[in-house]
Amino acid sequence: MGYVAIADRDHEIEHHDPQTFITKYVWSQDHKVIAIQYAGTAIFVGVIALILSAMMRLQLGFPDTFSFINPENYYQFVTMHGMIMVIYLLTALFLGGFGNYLIPLMVGSRDMVFPYMNMLSYWVYLLSVIILLISFFVPGGATGAGWTLYPPQAIMPGTPGTDWGILLMLASLGVFIVAFTMGGLNYVTTVLQARCKGMTLMRMPLSVWGIFMATILGLLAFPALLVSAIMMILDKTVLTSFFMPAISSMGVDPGYTGGSPILFQHLFWFFGHPEVYIVALPAFGIVSDLLSTHARKNIFGYRMMVWAIIAIGGLSFIVWAHHMYVSGMNPYFGFFFATTTLIIAVPTAIKVYNWVLTLWEGNIHLRVPMLFAIGFIFTFIHGGLTGLFLGNVTIDLPLSDTYFVVAHFHMVMGVSPILVVFGAIYHWWPKITGRMYHETLGKWHFWMTFLGTYAIYLPMHYLGFQGVPRRYFAMGNTEFLPASAQDLNAAITISALFVAATQILFFANVIWSLTRGPKADPNPWDATSLEWQTPDTPPKHGNWGHDLPECHRWAYDYSVPGYADDFIPQNVPADVAPAGRDHGGAH
Amino acid sequence: MEFGLIILAIILATLLGWILKQSFNTQPWVAEQVAESEYQAPFNANPKLVALTTFLAVVTSFFALIMSAYALRMELGDWVPLTEPQLLWVNTGILVAASVAFQWTRNAAVRGLETKLKPGMLLTGLLTTAFLVGQFIAWQQLNASGQFITSNPSNAFFFLLTGLHGLHILGGMYVWGRATLRLLGGREDVKQSIELCTIYWHFLLLVWVVMFGLLLST
Repeated sequence: MGYVAIADRDHEIEHHDPQTFITKYVWSQDHKVIAIQYAGTAIFVGVIALILSAMMRLQLGFPDTFSFINPENYYQFVTMHGMIMVIYLLTALFLGGFGNYLIPLMVGSRDMVFPYMNMLSYWVYLLSVIILLISFFVPGGATGAGWTLYPPQAIMPGTPGTDWGILLMLASLGVFIVAFTMGGLNYVTTVLQARCKGMTLMRMPLSVWGIFMATILGLLAFPALLVSAIMMILDKTVLTSFFMPAISSMGVDPGYTGGSPILFQHLFWFFGHPEVYIVALPAFGIVSDLLSTHARKNIFGYRMMVWAIIAIGGLSFIVWAHHMYVSGMNPYFGFFFATTTLIIAVPTAIKVYNWVLTLWEGNIHLRVPMLFAIGFIFTFIHGGLTGLFLGNVTIDLPLSDTYFVVAHFHMVMGVSPILVVFGAIYHWWPKITGRMYHETLGKWHFWMTFLGTYAIYLPMHYLGFQGVPRRYFAMGNTEFLPASAQDLNAAITISALFVAATQILFFANVIWSLTRGPKADPNPWDATSLEWQTPDTPPKHGNWGHDLPECHRWAYDYSVPGYADDFIPQNVPADVAPAGRDHGGAH
Repeated sequence: MEFGLIILAIILATLLGWILKQSFNTQPWVAEQVAESEYQAPFNANPKLVALTTFLAVVTSFFALIMSAYALRMELGDWVPLTEPQLLWVNTGILVAASVAFQWTRNAAVRGLETKLKPGMLLTGLLTTAFLVGQFIAWQQLNASGQFITSNPSNAFFFLLTGLHGLHILGGMYVWGRATLRLLGGREDVKQSIELCTIYWHFLLLVWVVMFGLLLST
């Protein structure tokens, strides 16, 4: 059987054009609507997680001040904040949101290959979010086991939420994985099978490469989380002893035999480390496109960027035990994982150099998406450098339980991807909505967020070096710390509340743009990739009108010598004469 | 853990090697018409087959990780090896027969022998159901002899592995059921479903054989 391009299904797609409001916006099979549903839900839970972090900071900055935060609540906030941010916000937003929106448009397809399964993916994701949020309201409340859910404490009495919270959390993760798998199969198949004529793999924009590789990582790594969730549910409900050691709890023997908590850690981090790159790779890809477009320069070292994404993806599966140095391990084992961890810095550093070299001698336009992209380079370098500290066993051991680690991972996989998320939203906003955002408001949003996050996380490194322990509700017997550590904590809390409050600027911008934003040009940034060349803005169902686009070049033909314009869209034929050519579809 | 790692390494190496092959000797910055073979879907196959193959990689990762966990957990002191019910040999034979029956049905479908499809599908369904019933009886036998899921970690893993494998077969039975209903309703557009199901059945047979081997040898 030959190549069945989506093009050959033209008649089918027009036949299925949604008619009613419900099929158009609710039970929609259109990848763009599903993307917005995914993104909206993810941002909604993200705001909840942001509020939870503000509560944590209130307690840490001003202990004994707020009576509504007790130790149980605090651990529930920590757990839910971490889990929501990593899985239900970042993973869902990058893959379900941007993956859904960008893949078909960027590879020149009419939709995902399996639109029905794509729709199902969103609704199952929504179900997982609902299960997660219900756990706040069950007896005993949400789980307070920490986002890593380490047994035995995760299911033993004494930890908050061991009645129902932990079960709902595990069930919700299982449902999420089902949703992700349905979406992931779609993304992989669409990239492999539904590219338009002329779109070779090596002509795909790096955004698609990043999302594609992240999806593959997710498909292979999430099963580890599913396995550990199933086994822990069994440990909790029918008292098997997969993870639970022989243990006596408050004088009662619950009946566990000699299970292995370390086994859980292996499984969890076998998922957990690739998860870092499931969040990071789409950010890498998107930021490459943002930098290239707004610097009017081709991305430096495109092929090397692709290979770096592939290398990082492969390496991310053999570094997981660097999260477990403190659990104790054979020194050779630790040596192996320290080495692989440091090796992963090589392709990552190549990417950073290439981003910086893309900017070099570029015609840089400091528009809002570009500010966020450049901000990402700063935060990512800072977070990455502390990763080199922590990748070494001997340095990790004393720092692992301090705020140094909190600062490290928030810089590298909290702030950095979020800056890219905002940059990407501002960048594609005109295409998604057909309206422009408020430039000045956007710039205020950037500067306050960027500087504010530095005010939060830079001092945390210092607290970590002093030995301030993380995970603690209150300091207790820590006389070795100077009193000023608490002043610093209060300052961090004020910065955190400030940054959280500034996010209102973003939502204000959204509302302003949707109600009175000026109509957007189809290609306001003079970008080359296919999503900017659609006949309609925002693109209609089926994306491309009557004819599918044809791709004739890579996505980075900016400032090509000899051409009048400083960009040549991907669908402009190769034989167009310099300086006197036609722009193709959109112009 | 090593076992799961090797399986995953093979999957990753295959995939990444293929991607790398696509990227060598390319000059993406050159704008030119590309030959048709270069942008076509890479596997000369329909999207459903690509999606199924990807899904099988996911399921492989899933079972490889459980079996790795099995190998790690086995080394701890409280592990008492389980004597598997002899019935599992019969069940294995039934599952092999189901796979053979599906392959036979598929061959008939490919050759366009419409009359053989209905008996082929019904036979496959019957054999697969017999396998699931057989597995359930094996569970009952274990319980009757006092071997419960909580009796020992080896028991827990036995119930977990067989249960999850059974669930995957049930998922396959859903697709089988849809195809069979269409077939009984007189529709003939079931060839693709039968082909894809056959691959899935063979895959789950392979998973079972590896799993059964692991259970027997420990």
